[in-house]
Amino acid sequence: MIRFVDVHKSYRVDGKDIPALHPFSLDISDGEVFGIIGHSGAGKSTLIRLINLLERPSGGRILLGDTELTALSEASLREQRRHIGMIFQHFNLLASQTVADNVAFPLRLAGAREPATIRARVDELLARVGLTEHADKYPSQLSGGQKQRVGIARALANRPSILLCDEATSALDPQTTASVLELLAEINRELKLTIVLITHEMDVVRRVCDRVAVLDAGRIVEHGAVADVFLHPQHATTRRFVNEALPEEVAGEQSLYQHVPGRILRLSFRGEATWSPTLGRVTRETGVDFNILAGRVDRIKDLPYGQLTLAMHGSGVDAALQALRQAGIEVEELAR
Amino acid sequence: MSMMMSTFSATAPVLQHLFPDIEDWSELAQACLDTLLMLGGSLTLTVLFGLPLGVLLYLTGKGQLRAMPKLYGALSLTVNILRSPPFIILMIVLLPLTSLLVGTKLGIRGAIPPLVIGAVPFFARLVETAFREVEHGVIEASQAMGATTWQIVRHVLLPEARVGIWASVTVTAIALVGYTAMGGAIGAGGLGDLAYRYGYLSNKPDYMIVTVLLLIVLVQILQVIGDRIVGYYGRR
Repeated sequence: MIRFVDVHKSYRVDGKDIPALHPFSLDISDGEVFGIIGHSGAGKSTLIRLINLLERPSGGRILLGDTELTALSEASLREQRRHIGMIFQHFNLLASQTVADNVAFPLRLAGAREPATIRARVDELLARVGLTEHADKYPSQLSGGQKQRVGIARALANRPSILLCDEATSALDPQTTASVLELLAEINRELKLTIVLITHEMDVVRRVCDRVAVLDAGRIVEHGAVADVFLHPQHATTRRFVNEALPEEVAGEQSLYQHVPGRILRLSFRGEATWSPTLGRVTRETGVDFNILAGRVDRIKDLPYGQLTLAMHGSGVDAALQALRQAGIEVEELAR
Repeated sequence: MSMMMSTFSATAPVLQHLFPDIEDWSELAQACLDTLLMLGGSLTLTVLFGLPLGVLLYLTGKGQLRAMPKLYGALSLTVNILRSPPFIILMIVLLPLTSLLVGTKLGIRGAIPPLVIGAVPFFARLVETAFREVEHGVIEASQAMGATTWQIVRHVLLPEARVGIWASVTVTAIALVGYTAMGGAIGAGGLGDLAYRYGYLSNKPDYMIVTVLLLIVLVQILQVIGDRIVGYYGRR
């Protein structure tokens, strides 16, 4: 468990304290993928760097399990850092070293000397990230996605329990982003590793995260399970992020449907409800009519979900809404 | 050396004809060798002292791994002071220190201390700049992996900056060629000494021409070697 207790951080600029993160407390559970989303300057890179104390908090405590990181000596902190892997937006590989040597680097830093042992571990890691044939190349000979895979292999070298991802896919094209996210999800599943990632893309959160915190101007304005935050964003910043990931109509711009007759509803299906013909059954039973204004069926990580914006007509609408709610479908009325 | 001598004797008639002022070619050969020895000795010592000083300047600089504003300020000031006077003045100022250090103010031995003291600050600054070119992200990644400052210097900064460091060694070597020639004027020996004594004081321009030609060749060779090394590492 990563635990922030009343942590805050400010930078001293020209004799004045500029707050980067206002006081907050937050728990990140073992084995989850935790996303932190925010615009640039919101404080997310500061927040992720607090976890391995690349940034020292101005106040508060940061705990890793029972270990209070903020109370450690330099030497014990370095030891702790070996159990926290980190990958970066710009990869930060050693340009003068081969792929294999880059991956071996943290092993050597941790005191590994036996070439055969190092080689075996490096081979294993490169196989995991699918770069076995590239062991003797230099980073400049690799594509962005391959470089990030080297970064991931390097981060995993000392078998960390936490992996920090600092905008790890922001410099990659959509396809490469998808494959790197898939690799992260696989690592999370198979190695039971806690992953903390920061991003400015809601789509990254939707694909891999279990929980998310939304950061706005140094404050966590909303946090919770991704499905809750994604389907029912509360804060304006969250809504903007969610809307970026959704087509405009699905996002439910009420003004869009002002001229549409009937009652405008948004139905959210989660999990198995997404696959059952509930809407058809309910409309048949209550005799209402409907037309679909917008919709989307997709997944939030492994959870199937659907979101439909409907205009519903007829005297049985209230009964229909009740029946839908009973069937586990979330119903919001946007306008009547 | 013997090969060099035999080349000289084989081409001697031609050279004698071209540069009639020059009576003793072996003296020139000796001067050449002296210059190379001064250069080799002072360059080695400059790198030996200048590299750690460059590392120290980099590490103690503002916002760096071991930022120490006072130490950095003191080092920086010392470096600037030593770089301020023209080399020939520095050499004269340092004469007492030189005889204290190596027991003589003359010859190759007497030339080495001022050459090194003159070149170390210059080289250290170049090294500091080369280190600053290393991406901050790579250093941050190493810190995140639990590297000590020494490990970062040894395994990150030095290898990542090696192109810049080799370029700095080349520039410093060429600057040292100039310094050794200046040193010749106040008793260091070598090509500068010949050019000054015979070419200028005794008014035998051939000495001047041959010396300048040899220095041009030497600088060219140094630059080519430097470029080769930089090119080799730069491909990565």
